[in-house]
Amino acid sequence: MTDVLVCIKRIPETSSQVMLSDDGMSVDARHVGHTVSAHEEAAVEIAIQLADASGGSATVLTLGPADAVEQLRDAVAVGCTRAVHIEADSEAFGPADVATAIADFVRGEDFGLVLVGNDAADTGDFQVGVRLAYALGRPVVTGISSVALDGDTITARGAGPDGDEVFELPSPAIIAIQEGGVTPRYPSIVGRMKAKKLPVETIATQVSPMTYRLGLTSPPEQPSTVEVLGEGPDAAKAVVDMLVGIGVVSS
Amino acid sequence: MILVLVETDAQGVTLTSREALSFARTLAERLGDQPVEAVATGPLPHPDGVLDHLAEQGVTMLHHADDERLAAYGGAAWAAAVVDAASSARLVIGSGTPRGMEVLAHVATRLDCLMAANVIAVEETDPLTVSRQVMGGGVFERMRLGGEVAVISVAGHAIDAVPAARPSTPAVRTYAPTLTDADLLTRVVRTEQAGGDDTSALTGAKVVVGAGRGAGSAEGFDDLLELKDLLGGALGVSRVVTSLGWRPHHEQVGQTGSRISPDLYIACGISGAIQHWAGCQSARKILAINTDPDAPMVTKAHYAVIGDLHEIVPAINAELRRRLG
Repeated sequence: MTDVLVCIKRIPETSSQVMLSDDGMSVDARHVGHTVSAHEEAAVEIAIQLADASGGSATVLTLGPADAVEQLRDAVAVGCTRAVHIEADSEAFGPADVATAIADFVRGEDFGLVLVGNDAADTGDFQVGVRLAYALGRPVVTGISSVALDGDTITARGAGPDGDEVFELPSPAIIAIQEGGVTPRYPSIVGRMKAKKLPVETIATQVSPMTYRLGLTSPPEQPSTVEVLGEGPDAAKAVVDMLVGIGVVSS
Repeated sequence: MILVLVETDAQGVTLTSREALSFARTLAERLGDQPVEAVATGPLPHPDGVLDHLAEQGVTMLHHADDERLAAYGGAAWAAAVVDAASSARLVIGSGTPRGMEVLAHVATRLDCLMAANVIAVEETDPLTVSRQVMGGGVFERMRLGGEVAVISVAGHAIDAVPAARPSTPAVRTYAPTLTDADLLTRVVRTEQAGGDDTSALTGAKVVVGAGRGAGSAEGFDDLLELKDLLGGALGVSRVVTSLGWRPHHEQVGQTGSRISPDLYIACGISGAIQHWAGCQSARKILAINTDPDAPMVTKAHYAVIGDLHEIVPAINAELRRRLG
């Protein structure tokens, strides 16, 4: 039986254009929805599968503002049975601060496995999982897309430069999940009902965060310089001429 | 001293690591001629190639942790070897590859210092301030790196690997790193080649044919695959395509897939959301084929053809077959 903790982060849902706040210190998320990264959706799915397979439980945790409860409930709706909210201004927390705050919670618990996303889709720091592992004195692997448990042995698999790389590590451990190994499930009606009712455990953190962000800027708007080679299949000749011109095809 | 973690392959130093070396050399000059040294872990597949590449990049010394126990990759073990060589380093720099990111995160934690991930430029040297990609490259962040030592990962293909004005003759220091049992716990126990099920063909391809929602269905890829074969390239797809189960995840290009840098990227039926652009923006040339002339992928591309990929791609294939004989 393995109890699994999966850590997620509420982030603005952005697809094509990102608006910045007036002070240039954060993303203006007033007019967009929120989500978690694709890696974390996969991590939630893996947590639920491992808990089911081992007869353990899946707990979801986030560090974030009050509204981040929405993302905790989404994870409960698909099968997590406990939700923990470290209420804090996540914008002010660097990866070391987040890791310290999560470690403070994990020390008082008995999780055989802690899952995080490989990197947050917004800040892309790639560090929370590794820093958390050192804070707890546990092994860590990153870039993992599938996980299997056999007693206290964890088999983790992820894409490497020469094929799938397999790691074997003892529980308890930290694993940073990369999407692609599992298909996240959709919530059922029953799941949504459970998610509404489940009380969220809200805890405070003693961590005083340090921010190293001086500001955000949007990449300079480049005027389009696209050369339209034509419309429809008639453009094929112009396309192949271009391919020859740039040396991709030798004439 | 600036220490650069270099990843190696059958040719020598990998392209992204050479980019990191160029980044480090430029920064070293701005900091007042700091020497740039390199660290490599485990047996080298092609030692002469490594030294040639390091000489080309003006590296003064290679610290080589020549230990059989580092032959199998492991983030903690490689980081232990890097930290052993970093005692006089002011900065530890590597490339933003999956391994680079993992090892550097370990190094930053062991050195108890800050790490800036996906850096694209140095804004100021005193105090050291960098610009880095966040939001998948949709936004740049200015970040201050205080402290006696800091770690930087350089975003892949954000800067070019430029040879030094004067090549160097790197000295080689072979050393035995201090590795604990805990360091060795998280090494690769085996690598499985599941029938071309890896990403190296995609990330190394000179031409990538990309497909998005416009492919229409799992059956809509025949012409695209033929185009890929005619051009000797690889197929890359958007996240929509893998989410819908049309193609396997290892073909995904984007923020949560592979980052590619081909000579030509042919983006077919791909709108160009940030998630995807993060993975393909380093292509030298982009040809967009799309029904929507206002799609971000079209406006950001070098070339475009407006229309249905299912009509246009077969026509290109026919023209290519005709000319290639």
